[in-house]
Amino acid sequence: MSGSEPTADGGREPAASGAPALEGASVRRVRTAEGVELCVAELGERGRPPVVLVHGYPDSKEVWSEIARQLAADFHVILYDVRGCGRSTAPKPLRGGFTLEKLTDDFLTVINAVSPDRPVHLVGHDWGSVQGWEFVTVRRTEGRVASFTSISGPSLDHFGHWLKKRANRPTPRRVGQLLAQGAKSWYVYALHTPALPELAWRGPLGRRWWPKLLNRMERVSTDDYPTSSLPDDAAHGAWLYRDNVRSRLLRPRDDAYAHTPVQLVTPTGDAFLSPRLYDELELWAPRLTRRTLAARHWAPRTRPDQLTAWVGDFVRANEPDAEAAAGGGTRNGIGAPRRLPAAGAYADHFGGRLVLVTGAASGIGRATVFAFAEAGARVVAVDRDAEGAHRTAEMAALIGAAEAHAEVVDVADESAMEKLADRVRTEHGVPDVVVNNAGIGLAGSLLDTTTEEWRRVLDVNLWGVIHGCRLFGRQMVERGQGGHIVNTASAAAYLPSRSLGAYGASKAAVLMLSESLRAELAEHDIGVSAICPGVVNTNITNTTRFAGTDDKEEQRRRRQATRLYGRRNYPPEKVAAAILRAVVRNEAVVPVTPEARAARVLGRLSPRTLRLTARLRPPV
Amino acid sequence: MASAGTAGMAGMAAAGGTAAGKAAGGRAPRAPSARTGPRGSDPSLDGFREVQRLAYECAEAVAAQLRPGVTEREAARMQRRYLAERGVRDWFHLPFAWFGDRTAFAGFRHPLQFFPTDRRLEPGMPFILDMAPVHRGYTADIGYSGCLGPHPLHEKLLDDLAAHRALILEQVRERRSLREIYLAVDQLMVRQGYENRHRAYPFGVIAHRVDRVREGWSPTLFGFGLQALKGLASDALRGHREGWSPLWSPYRFSDHPPRPGLWAVEPHLGFRGTGAKFEEILVVTDSRDPEESAFWLDDDLPHVRRWQDCGSQEGKRP
Repeated sequence: MSGSEPTADGGREPAASGAPALEGASVRRVRTAEGVELCVAELGERGRPPVVLVHGYPDSKEVWSEIARQLAADFHVILYDVRGCGRSTAPKPLRGGFTLEKLTDDFLTVINAVSPDRPVHLVGHDWGSVQGWEFVTVRRTEGRVASFTSISGPSLDHFGHWLKKRANRPTPRRVGQLLAQGAKSWYVYALHTPALPELAWRGPLGRRWWPKLLNRMERVSTDDYPTSSLPDDAAHGAWLYRDNVRSRLLRPRDDAYAHTPVQLVTPTGDAFLSPRLYDELELWAPRLTRRTLAARHWAPRTRPDQLTAWVGDFVRANEPDAEAAAGGGTRNGIGAPRRLPAAGAYADHFGGRLVLVTGAASGIGRATVFAFAEAGARVVAVDRDAEGAHRTAEMAALIGAAEAHAEVVDVADESAMEKLADRVRTEHGVPDVVVNNAGIGLAGSLLDTTTEEWRRVLDVNLWGVIHGCRLFGRQMVERGQGGHIVNTASAAAYLPSRSLGAYGASKAAVLMLSESLRAELAEHDIGVSAICPGVVNTNITNTTRFAGTDDKEEQRRRRQATRLYGRRNYPPEKVAAAILRAVVRNEAVVPVTPEARAARVLGRLSPRTLRLTARLRPPV
Repeated sequence: MASAGTAGMAGMAAAGGTAAGKAAGGRAPRAPSARTGPRGSDPSLDGFREVQRLAYECAEAVAAQLRPGVTEREAARMQRRYLAERGVRDWFHLPFAWFGDRTAFAGFRHPLQFFPTDRRLEPGMPFILDMAPVHRGYTADIGYSGCLGPHPLHEKLLDDLAAHRALILEQVRERRSLREIYLAVDQLMVRQGYENRHRAYPFGVIAHRVDRVREGWSPTLFGFGLQALKGLASDALRGHREGWSPLWSPYRFSDHPPRPGLWAVEPHLGFRGTGAKFEEILVVTDSRDPEESAFWLDDDLPHVRRWQDCGSQEGKRP
């Protein structure tokens, strides 16, 4: 609706100029007992599971605009401006008007008005999450909240206990944690000074600098955000800190136990909150699901797709009325609540995320698919070996993959890869992680290598990676919500050898391509890692082409190589674990086996020695 | 019953024994291989079949009694008691029980880790019972995989074992070398996405010979019956002279065609902390008729019935 939006009581709500439209929202005003008028917006069909989104500081409900739009497809979405923000009125006087008790009154007033008989699912960001923790830990909301998703906002009571514990029994590590969080909290001290914050927000900070700061520091797109009410929101909101922080941190409640299931989303790049704050959170929230996201503080603006997916899954899993959940859950085509959460390593990072792996029919690719599956990811196994790819997907579904699909594609085939990229995007969405792993072996003297052999090894090992990076990198950039590309290079990429010239050349190209692409995509929050496994016991030895040999000799050498690699017996599962770790830590180049690491070090300490070892005749 | 079903073939029995003697090429192979006639006809095979069935009955009975909280030691003791009550006095090896990720031998570094521990069974945990009783001088060695409650992955492993049972029989009938067959099983496992976990057994064997055992004094050493070990050792000694081995391994000493006799075959699949196996006796004879040259001692076993019930396509490789 443009220009004006209908209000529930028949009136018309004038749209604030410059406010991003919560398109299609019906807006109404709810009056609290205290006399504050709250502006409540609703999207989506009533009767579906109700989801309440609470914004933070300095924000208004429009911070949720993208997430609310997406959630509205499946849920009854409710947003409101916290008192003093957006189009809600401020309490008078301001001092003492923003205590968590009063904010809880507001929350109850809103949900009693919009969802009187049905418990709501709560999602909070920043101060919305701080409030949310209060809502789900006080007794008077019991039975009214079905689940709580917390994004970047700890409970002040838990925070108070966290500080106490570290201050009372300081160890070097605890002191370090205290100092780290203390430095991140500079703005909290600043907001406690009288009058100055208000002056700054109503002056150039709120009017001109803030959008630029958000854009530069947080990578938030500021086309339709923040709203024009920002200076007032920010000035009023300073009282959130002044009314609550000191009292709660000095005298934290001892009974702040969550009575609902809690999903904690921790952005790893949060400039204001240390991930350490949530250590031991299981003590306070027994039914806790952890999620970790490579993002900064304003994740609702920068990572709406992922947050929507996680919120949706969590709501469906905790919806008491299974039938309603099934009716509401149309994403992925299946409505049944999923098993949550997966148990594998890094399940908090990869649960529900879309991961595509090429060369997934065997070896490192297959092990990588399985590792992501155990972490609860949605996986797409790509290989030209149809039987193997389907087998990988089938097994992945059995060990915890949220979804598992097989795609039969030769990565060297440009048009097939383009079709694959289109298909993946329309059927499953933009991948969060792409592992360009498909590769073939080629051994033997360079002089004996025919151009045909050269072409094949470059087609698969290099062009396959180029296609993967180009097509899926483009999708990730267009989506603008980060991602990660992993390319499987090899220790042969930096370890010269008289017998792996062509293969090494193709892998060296992959290594440099990865490093350059990493630089190019850094500004889009897309990480690129090159994995250099080394000697790993996989099927590659059975398919390697030995240049300059006839069939019989080739078979003999393949057997010999297989035996040799079998004796080394480094399992592909360990490489897969290294790949997951590389994505989580955004590592640039990852040599995996000890020999791969040693060669890399040797190449730096004494390149001459490395060159001499390259002259050795290999055993195969 | 398999024995009833194959009884009709007993008529063709006579030639088998003599053919066996000739084909053995004067190497004077010992009981029961050379004496083995066509399927089911040999009285000594009946003895082996009987004890194998007894062992599987024991496995099913013990599996039915497993509850959450039961330890591996208790499960092993239950097997031992069940069989002792039914007249078992000697063992090829004492009963083993593995629970949870120990079914896939996760993190096994030395052979002592095979012995039952105080690991407790939990709902949804897979388990394996493995026992090798000697009854009236006949040896069985069986493995039984189960799970406490539904476990789709474990069921998949059990389904996929069918292909291995078919593959092994097919290749033994083709008289491929044991080492080659071992590697073929390995390759099938790799294609299926599984790990070979029988490699964790001593000498990495997928099978070993079993034989009759003298009754009488029957001490055990590290869980293995001394009488049975003695038999295995003398087989190994003669095999060393004649170029074969009673252990079916991936190594060069197994690079020979299947040796007539009884082989306890135990392919063991592992997949990310879940393991499953079966173990049963494969009869190898020196008959020229492929059907007669090798056959499973008994087809009326729990895992085989399971595949038949599910209509699982036994014999078809994935």
